[in-house]
Amino acid sequence: MLDLSKYQSIGAALKDALGEFANEVCLIEADREREKERLTYREFKARAHPLAKALQDAGFAAGDRASIIMTNQSKWLISAYAIFYAGGVLVPLDYKLTPDEQWQLLKHSGAIVLVTEYPIWRQLSAVEGRAAATNVTTVLVTEAPKNAELAGAHRWEEFQDGGEPVFIPRTRKDVACIVYSSGTGGRPKGCMMTHENYLEQCVALTSIYSFSPGMRYLSILPTNHAIDFMVGFFGPFICGAAVVHLRTLRPEYVREAFSKYKITYVSLVPLVLKNLQKGLQARFDELSPGKRRIFNALVSINKALTKSRPRLGLSRRLLKQVHEPFGGELRTIIVGGAFTEPQTLQFFYDLGIPVANGYGLTEAGTAITVNDLKPFRADTVGKPLPGMEVRIVNANTDGIGEVSVRSKTIMSGYLNEPELTAETIVDGWLMTGDLGRFDSAGHLQLFGRKKNMIVSEEGKNIYPEDIEAVFDSLAVKEFCVFAANYIWPQRSMVGEQLLLALHLEPGQTYTVELRREISARNNKLLNYKRIHGVALFDQDFPRTASLKIKRNVLAEQLAKLDRATAFLPL
Amino acid sequence: MRTLEQTTQEVLDLASKHFNVPAGSLAPEDDFFKKLGIDSLQTLEMLSRLENHFGIELPDYEVQGVSDFRTLASRIQSRL
Repeated sequence: MLDLSKYQSIGAALKDALGEFANEVCLIEADREREKERLTYREFKARAHPLAKALQDAGFAAGDRASIIMTNQSKWLISAYAIFYAGGVLVPLDYKLTPDEQWQLLKHSGAIVLVTEYPIWRQLSAVEGRAAATNVTTVLVTEAPKNAELAGAHRWEEFQDGGEPVFIPRTRKDVACIVYSSGTGGRPKGCMMTHENYLEQCVALTSIYSFSPGMRYLSILPTNHAIDFMVGFFGPFICGAAVVHLRTLRPEYVREAFSKYKITYVSLVPLVLKNLQKGLQARFDELSPGKRRIFNALVSINKALTKSRPRLGLSRRLLKQVHEPFGGELRTIIVGGAFTEPQTLQFFYDLGIPVANGYGLTEAGTAITVNDLKPFRADTVGKPLPGMEVRIVNANTDGIGEVSVRSKTIMSGYLNEPELTAETIVDGWLMTGDLGRFDSAGHLQLFGRKKNMIVSEEGKNIYPEDIEAVFDSLAVKEFCVFAANYIWPQRSMVGEQLLLALHLEPGQTYTVELRREISARNNKLLNYKRIHGVALFDQDFPRTASLKIKRNVLAEQLAKLDRATAFLPL
Repeated sequence: MRTLEQTTQEVLDLASKHFNVPAGSLAPEDDFFKKLGIDSLQTLEMLSRLENHFGIELPDYEVQGVSDFRTLASRIQSRL
């Protein structure tokens, strides 16, 4: 691993890594059973430099912003490196957003270059006039069919110039990436992450979960996500490890990839981890009574022998039939993006597959705490990573209060949002809005949220104000969307739901037709953004002088209703 | 060559069989996440079944943002 304390920027560290590990494999890309790409660090450089040169020749300069909207693949990382090499700021956007949302964030970010893939560009360019409203002047499109209409875009594969690009140095305090943690419908939250944020986070994470040449990371979480960017790009690259991309995430191909590519690490969201658990449990349930008894005995032996620490070699031998489908090299499953239920973590640990559970926010530079597995604890999100100061603010008598964090990994602020930044970072401490406490062993336990938002099991942050537009001009007096747990606090981080609070017109009743109308509009939202129920409120919503709903006051008023009877499922 | 209606019907039949819901209870305009109560992973499993049935490859991006049977059937139809 490179000594990151010597580096000022992501680009400088990656540049040296490409030389240091020139002959090691850095990328493997598979499409179903076909391997599309296998690149060494030397070959990676040979692909990235002509792109960086072409960007520079097109006028792309230090501090300019370039966005990537792509599914996980080798060209994502090649493009990102070229952008950093040219001194640019990367704006990674979620490919799962709608074209409208993507244009909105492109405009907000001020990106002048967009790198995307043909199917996404086809949808983006179908929205007329949107490009003109942004600063985007250069669009690069990958894998466009021969005679495709590119609507002014360049083919990524042909956008390359000869000669060596000039490496543009950046300092630790310069912004490296603008990462959107939410805000597609309301107030975009573009986290300005500095080079220092990434360098420090990488040092902290790799001190616990290390990479080295020959190790392989399976990249499944979207690379625009803070976790995959760190452990599916920057982390493995500065250690000379390899990243495996799959162009389809069908469960059967993901399963196959573990053994085919001898995967060392993978990051998953809780939803996928639970699905894996379900699949394994179904297999165990099919065992004959005799085999089942033997299997249970082996699991018990494994549990006893791994009580104080994981013993991978031993677990792999004891429970061979469980470990073989995972390729036999898997060290740890990293789970993130949302809260994971302790029983799921315990299930895997008992089988000898450690799950690195942690807690983090994009604003904090990925992870704040991680379970160090010494010993494994399913009931907490682990201890603070090296370099992280974590404290509990305004604790109640149970010691539960708001988690706040101070470290070199905290973002410099939200783009164009000084007020929101000042509310979020107070005297250098990031206020997370999550409720927690430390136990006697120094492990952090989480107990719910203080803020009005939910996180889906797929790791998506959903802010109620972002989805209200779909209910605009609904035939009621007024409405407002809330996270149900914000109104009626629960000591839980799972099973979170969104609620539509309705104030009907005088004499109006909640009819089947109104319910249908709400459902129809709700269905226009992506599935993870949908509301789960309705609550009726018979008073005028409290409003500010400028007629904005006072959400916190309304939430207090709604809290007086009994959740069990007030929450009407859709 | 199948018509879009035939393709749609085959998609509905296969979904009802795969997820064990009564035949005829699914309609082309239904939101399959809601109607079948499935998550994004189960949807991917359903897509694999559909690919095998129709003998096509349906890239993940083609079904990005699709949540009703009719649109799904039209994406399949365009690849038959």
